[in-house]
Amino acid sequence: MAMEQTIYRELKATPGVWQIAALLLAFLAAAGGAWFYMEHHGHAVTGMTNQIVWGLPHVFAIFLIVAASGALNVASIGSVFGEKAYKPMGRFSSLLAITLLVGGLAIVVLDLGRADRLIVAMTTYNFSSVVAWNVLLYNGFVAVVAVYLVTQMMRALDYKWVRVAGFVAFLWRLALTTGTGSIFGWLVARPGYDAAIMAPMFIIMSFSFGLAIFILVTLTLLKLNDRIFGEELLKRLGRLLGVFASAVLYFALVFHLTNLYATEHGGYERFILMDGGIYTMLFWGVQVMLGGLIPIALVFLNPSRSSTILASILVVIGGFAQVYVIVIGGQAYPLEIFPGYEVIEGFHEGVVSPYTPSIWELMLGLGGVALALFAAGVGAKVLRVLPTNLSDGNLAAKG
Amino acid sequence: MTNRAEMTRRDILKSGAAASTLTLAPGVTLMAFGGTAEASSRADAGKRWGLLIDASKCAADCNDCVTACKVENGWGSQTELEQIDPEQAPEWIRKVTLRDTSTGREVSAPVMCQHCEAPPCVDVCPTGASMKREDGIVLVDKHICIGCRYCMMACPFKARSFVHAEITDQNVQAPRGKGTVESCNLCAPRIDSGRIPACVEACEKAGHSAILFGDLKDPDSAISKALNDYDSVALRADLELDPGVRYTNL
Repeated sequence: MAMEQTIYRELKATPGVWQIAALLLAFLAAAGGAWFYMEHHGHAVTGMTNQIVWGLPHVFAIFLIVAASGALNVASIGSVFGEKAYKPMGRFSSLLAITLLVGGLAIVVLDLGRADRLIVAMTTYNFSSVVAWNVLLYNGFVAVVAVYLVTQMMRALDYKWVRVAGFVAFLWRLALTTGTGSIFGWLVARPGYDAAIMAPMFIIMSFSFGLAIFILVTLTLLKLNDRIFGEELLKRLGRLLGVFASAVLYFALVFHLTNLYATEHGGYERFILMDGGIYTMLFWGVQVMLGGLIPIALVFLNPSRSSTILASILVVIGGFAQVYVIVIGGQAYPLEIFPGYEVIEGFHEGVVSPYTPSIWELMLGLGGVALALFAAGVGAKVLRVLPTNLSDGNLAAKG
Repeated sequence: MTNRAEMTRRDILKSGAAASTLTLAPGVTLMAFGGTAEASSRADAGKRWGLLIDASKCAADCNDCVTACKVENGWGSQTELEQIDPEQAPEWIRKVTLRDTSTGREVSAPVMCQHCEAPPCVDVCPTGASMKREDGIVLVDKHICIGCRYCMMACPFKARSFVHAEITDQNVQAPRGKGTVESCNLCAPRIDSGRIPACVEACEKAGHSAILFGDLKDPDSAISKALNDYDSVALRADLELDPGVRYTNL
């Protein structure tokens, strides 16, 4: 039985662990300072405007939130779908899912115009709002996954309870990413959003981004403590990542083909695919090529330890670009308020809205990433979530 | 809340409708109904306020409606504009000049919150700060707005602004707050005291009378009659939001 064979131990505080912790704390301090500066002066000091109302912080936040539910997949594959090789990674997968979500939410909250009114958001709900549902879905996710983690850590517990908790957490994560995708999918006003495929596309994006982050973070932590991450297991995760990255490309293709077929969305498609400047470059160069085709080729044509690692890094970069194109590109493209008319005078009517993120927004966003990673590290330091050994010997023994 | 507190038992008895519906939803009906002068200072569910903008009467070089709105609601002052980027500046109402792409005809008109019957900004607001009054006016409750800006993502008309910096010299009747969202409220405080919106008044004073204000629910109001007599359009009619602001001769 796999569960009994695996030994979990807290992370040892090696000098490398301390150095990384110090680095992450520096990012957290910088983010704290940036937030204080933005809070004091208002959003005037950011690159955000009345046209680009959600900026770089939202890109970081949505990327982390989407990745959070995906990071849980490793645990789900183990306890819901019964893949024994994945079970030793289940605990850390659950922990990382929680910390990534917390990191993303911290950014959203600190980017609010009135972050001090968080209590209002937590107590006053408008149930026709997707965002209000998401507040409940996010809080619920932390609770459900925490219970799931505890059941995994209680060795005395009958394993069926782990399966039950894992199943609930799996359903919850699907609902959560559906909610996140629907924040955009249900916005009828903007031609770049308004698409039912947003929700399933966000789900498949989460599979890919979450797995990539899981591979990178787990590998780093194991390496810091000289624990083994077997090459075969890593290659197996790499192939799965390749499948997910292919699915992300497929959904992006269907999204754009559907838009291209509808004449009313032709302008938006021309903008993203052909003459959108930075957005076109990010779409083809980073999302499709760097974050899609190259990692897929790496893991399938040349499967190895290093190609899996490189593919994971590229998927993270490509995923970030994809979220940037969706969030910022969707706002930059002008609203069609007066169909059949050319606007010859007005206020940013019918023109692409410029956006240059400020250093403060970047610092806040990186702070969210640092928070997620720092919390995951602290979790691994105090809880027995990381296996002492993820070698391929185990992989073979566990089938 | 003060409105409710001010209401005496006599006021309630004076209004039969209010008395009969009081038991169903006391909070709402007390705010909604009235027939007396005093009670008319509350949002009246029996009315739906709207605007009809005649683009043929609107002069391209006139900006009086925008100026009047700025003065009335205290936005866009020189001090405010100096602190922020033009793209971050508030815009409760703006003038647009359009050219018909097929005929080349040019028209001018103001665009503000369209006061939709089915407002997307109200649907998406997580806290309910973005709300529609009983009389159809769509506005933001700045006390519970958390500044998430989702309403701005949802509005098809770019009608809303986010307050990007500290505000000084605020107008008493139009409090604004850094970090919250704001937009045209159809001069609700003026309407509640029996006056017409500032933009409508300014347009009349300028001699254009391009903006007609009135009760869309009253078949005898000038606006209802005009809507019956002339063709009018709603912006983004395809979204079926049923805006309270309509345009004619656009």
